[in-house]
Amino acid sequence: MKIVVCVKQVPDTAEADVKLGSDGRGIEMEGLPLQINESDNYALEESLLIKEDRDGEVTVITLGPESADEVLRMSMAKGADEAVRLADPALEGGDAWAVALALAKAIGGMEYDLVLTGCMASDDGMTQVGVTLAEMLGVPHATYVTEMEIGDGSVTVGRELEGGLVERVEMSLPAVVTIQTGINEPRYASIMGIAKAAKREIHTKSAADLCLDAGEAGEAGSRTKLLKLDYPPAGEGAEILDGTPSEASAKLANVLKEKGFA
Amino acid sequence: MDFNLTQDQKMVRDMVREFAMNELEPIAAEIDESREFPHASMKKMAKLGLLGVVIPEEYGGAGMDFTTLAIIVEEISRVCASTGVITAVNNSLAAYPIYHFGTEEQRKKYLPLITSGKSLGAIGITEPNAGSDPASMETTAVLDGDHYVLNGTKCWITNAEGAGVFVIFAYTDAAARHKGMSAFIVEKDFPGFSIGKHENLMGIRATGNTELIMDDCKVPKENLLGEEGGGFKVIMHTLDVSRIDIGAQGVGIAQGALDAAVKYSKEREQFGKPICEFEMIQDMIAEMATQIDAARLLVYRSASMKDAGAKRFTREAAMAKYYAAEVVVDVTRKAVQIHGGYGYSKEYAVERMYRDAKIIEIYEGTSQIQKIVIARNELR
Repeated sequence: MKIVVCVKQVPDTAEADVKLGSDGRGIEMEGLPLQINESDNYALEESLLIKEDRDGEVTVITLGPESADEVLRMSMAKGADEAVRLADPALEGGDAWAVALALAKAIGGMEYDLVLTGCMASDDGMTQVGVTLAEMLGVPHATYVTEMEIGDGSVTVGRELEGGLVERVEMSLPAVVTIQTGINEPRYASIMGIAKAAKREIHTKSAADLCLDAGEAGEAGSRTKLLKLDYPPAGEGAEILDGTPSEASAKLANVLKEKGFA
Repeated sequence: MDFNLTQDQKMVRDMVREFAMNELEPIAAEIDESREFPHASMKKMAKLGLLGVVIPEEYGGAGMDFTTLAIIVEEISRVCASTGVITAVNNSLAAYPIYHFGTEEQRKKYLPLITSGKSLGAIGITEPNAGSDPASMETTAVLDGDHYVLNGTKCWITNAEGAGVFVIFAYTDAAARHKGMSAFIVEKDFPGFSIGKHENLMGIRATGNTELIMDDCKVPKENLLGEEGGGFKVIMHTLDVSRIDIGAQGVGIAQGALDAAVKYSKEREQFGKPICEFEMIQDMIAEMATQIDAARLLVYRSASMKDAGAKRFTREAAMAKYYAAEVVVDVTRKAVQIHGGYGYSKEYAVERMYRDAKIIEIYEGTSQIQKIVIARNELR
């Protein structure tokens, strides 16, 4: 079984004060550690579990600058067999459509049974690349998957819905599945794996290799245009209830009464 | 001169940092309180290759270098000093001497046990009356046919509770002093070997620190490590290597304390602003950061000398260990100070780090012993 996993390198903003960049369309990246997008990490783990269960071959693919090689190399250290980086400044800065098109051109030229990717990128939160890629490849897809079982020429998945519901869907292979966090427990790379991955080659592909014209790649090939990033407007001032816990709770009770909640 | 880590070293650092934060940090305060040896963590670490870092793959190790081992010990100690020293002991005080001085049979038999975590390793040098002066040890080994009979008591043995394989030192010829000491590989289940009381320590409390008691302990003749009479050489060489990692442990604890102090100083407000805006706090942070970098460079220097095949790095390893000890005690003290009253409480990790720091000045040669080693090298 041949599995392709699409991964993205994103900044780790969990502990950071995020500041807007000088162009107003991005954030200040200096000092932010880079890491694999969280749900992509679960997608990678799912591919490795399938590989271990049934003799598979895993290729990880990313679109990004040279720093993104770190994510590919760590994926190989965990057990991925091949790594491809769509490495061309012309491909960068694109929206979900342009990214999906570049991935579709690369994956379309490969043999594959299953494409896995995270359900959402933690930086832009678009959730569009997986489904757009599936449409471009002309294969079925399922999103927010929290359970997966491979059948004979098919895959059955459980999709996470609101209210704790799970929707079970069967699709024929090949298919694209976007993975939700929590589906498995991602492994750490062993240091033996790291030593082996260091010697492995990362294949690169340019826009020309993917037969993409200048107008189809990156920002020029995008269907949406990012105007600016901004902070949400500050809300009306909050009222702080001071005093000892019993005084503050008495004040709170009064406020709730006044507003008609109690 | 290249101050950058290699790509492998960076990847190992990133992996261990993530592992330590997710798997070790959440239980660090708990095992400090309970003194429970972290068996489950050791199982996870064995799978990642962290228990046999410098041991070649044919014996179950990862075949990496000593700089990588120092980075691993640092990153683990940054969140849990107990797990940090357990790692250091297993790698450089147990696996390393068995690899370096052992016969092919000894390597094949014992290293896979230690690197896989099936039987962790420990070392027994110190005795109630033999601390800084190991030559005053009283444990004896007498050859009797196909085995040695060991008698004596070892104390302050890190990992003892969790270990199955011990490197034990004893006199085969007490009259010959240094030249009459020998090293042995002793299994936990050998007749006459037992574990004594579990010590209740100030810091590094989850390290399974106990006494070892050998009462007519029968050790097969083939478990002599190195030559008969070569034990003191084994101690001296092994300590040169392990002092690098104890330095790394000090750097790790100090870095953890600085991280906590920086975070706290940005959040804590007094006089209407975060305390990090006060120059006396900044003064401490600047000193802490510079001290840590200097100690780390000394640790990396000694490790990279070993990696480059240097025969002697005794002076440099002693400097790394001595200076890291000075730094970690001072940095953790400042980190508690920046936290004020909260830092004096178990609610904040710096309280534990301050207690953990002190041992770096004591074990594997006190700071005074390190200074003697350094001064003798200067005065030669």
